[in-house]
Amino acid sequence: MIPVCHLADLPAGESVRIDTAPPIAVFHADGQLYAIDDTCTHQDASLADGWLEGCLVECPLHAASFDLRTGAPTCLPARRAVRTHPVTVEDGMIYVHHHAAEEGTAA
Amino acid sequence: MKSVAVIGASLAGLYAARALRAQGFDGRLVIVGEEHHRPYDRPPLSKDFLTGATADQGQLALADAEEIAELDAEWLLGTRATGLDLHGRTVLLDGGRSLATDGVVLATGATPRRLPGPAPTGTHTLRTLEDAQALRAELTRGPVRVVVIGGGFIGAEVASSCARLGHDVTVVEAAPLPLVPQLGDTMAGICSALHADHGVTLLTGTGVARLHDGGAGNRVTGVELADGRLLPAEVVVIGIGVRPNTAWLEGSGLPLDDGVCCDAGGVTPQPHIVAVGDVARVDGIRAEHWTSATEQAAVAAQNLLAGGTVATHRSLPYFWSDQYGVRIQFAGRRLPTDTPRIVEGSPDDRSFLACYERDGRTTAVLALNRPRPFMRLRRELARATQPVTT
Ligand SMILES: Cc1cc2nc3c(=O)[nH]c(=O)nc-3n(C[C@H](O)[C@H](O)[C@H](O)COP(=O)(O)OP(=O)(O)OC[C@H]3O[C@@H](n4cnc5c(N)ncnc54)[C@H](O)[C@@H]3O)c2cc1C
Ligand code: FES
Repeated sequence: MIPVCHLADLPAGESVRIDTAPPIAVFHADGQLYAIDDTCTHQDASLADGWLEGCLVECPLHAASFDLRTGAPTCLPARRAVRTHPVTVEDGMIYVHHHAAEEGTAA
Repeated sequence: MKSVAVIGASLAGLYAARALRAQGFDGRLVIVGEEHHRPYDRPPLSKDFLTGATADQGQLALADAEEIAELDAEWLLGTRATGLDLHGRTVLLDGGRSLATDGVVLATGATPRRLPGPAPTGTHTLRTLEDAQALRAELTRGPVRVVVIGGGFIGAEVASSCARLGHDVTVVEAAPLPLVPQLGDTMAGICSALHADHGVTLLTGTGVARLHDGGAGNRVTGVELADGRLLPAEVVVIGIGVRPNTAWLEGSGLPLDDGVCCDAGGVTPQPHIVAVGDVARVDGIRAEHWTSATEQAAVAAQNLLAGGTVATHRSLPYFWSDQYGVRIQFAGRRLPTDTPRIVEGSPDDRSFLACYERDGRTTAVLALNRPRPFMRLRRELARATQPVTT
């Protein structure tokens, strides 16, 4: 279980990258938290820097779009899905559940 | 339209083929490409592929097997188109073959310019996978002195990759400052300073007189500058721009002028022939950027199927470049008289956002390592400058 940040510090429409290996991006879409692998599967851009619209995030480099619920790309140039990770909130703190990633701190 | 031939099997050609299918074209689709490879992505060739960070050739592929199958195209790879007969609607291919077709997408891209005179061993240009492999092979044999001729984006990326690999790198630029046409003086100065940050020498305001070779094996030994200086080098990379691949269309009757001249929808005077990507001069402008190639392809495909210009390519120009761990992103249409203003961050940190302004309006935006606010401004700018319909 990886602590991310306080829920209060991640308002709706915002995102945060956590420096796990590989890094994970956590999004606060309308009333819902999502965590996905941060690196776009097309080339090398951080999806935490992307454009959040509903539960889609658009990559800041070549505009591939990913569905935060499934990690699947909804348009080119990305063709592979990003992994999704479960998120929970306990005592106002956001946690990401992921086994393969090493613990790190919120960026 | 029963058949379409796409000439050029790279980024723009593939995106045009995809768009044709996505828009319902179910006829015969033939894709002709001079290279032996299925479409692959060029931007990594000067970046992670050159440094070995993405050594896997498969990662460059622009389409996977599943998509290739879905596209249901006939691929004539390793095949060069040599001519076009407008009225007979025939594409001539090397080896004396020809291809009859109703519609044609011209997507033959561009080829690097070379220096006049012979190119001794050890001199490189960078456009194809083979180019990148050959250069990488020389760079992995141990530290060498590299001279990069041309300080544009590709030259700067190559210099950055060579420096990262531990080579001694000098960039030679004929203009007083590189990147001025793209970024203007102030911002070009800031971006060019990245070289010095990383121990790369930038020599500006001097052209190249000739290359020296040792005679034996004709290997390059140095670069002689126009002012007489001699820079010793074991590897020389020439990045002095590209020339659109239109030679094969000469005499076809299509208007050619630094590219295939077409209207804002990518349509040539022959409505069954469209041009896309680096080879296309769309409404007077030839773009040499990844995003333009993909966007133009979708518009041109639509017009080809419609039999005339029903849509135009008007989206905001955008490009990016990665150098020395800094991501440069630019979007918009700036004039040399527009004034850049830093609105966030600082050039000293090599992380900032700048807006180019004209009469109080923003015309373009530039970011170094600021992807998020850049993206926000790029969208705002696109909305502000685009009509709602195309
Ligand atoms: C090293 C490198 C790095 C780049 N980095 C960036 C970047 O960071 N950002 C950015 O925005 N852009 C970048 N670009 C530019 C981008 O890659 C090009 O704009 C894009 O490749 C254009 O696609 P295209 O399909 O029009 O042309 P091309 O990719 O040049 O493809 C044309 C194809 O047509 C084939 N062909 C040519 N003549 C014939 C013929 N007669 N018959 C059959 N086939 C033919 C060629 O062999 C080639 O495969 C980079 C380019 C290079 C080379
Ligand atoms: S890196 Fe994300 S779309 Fe290219």
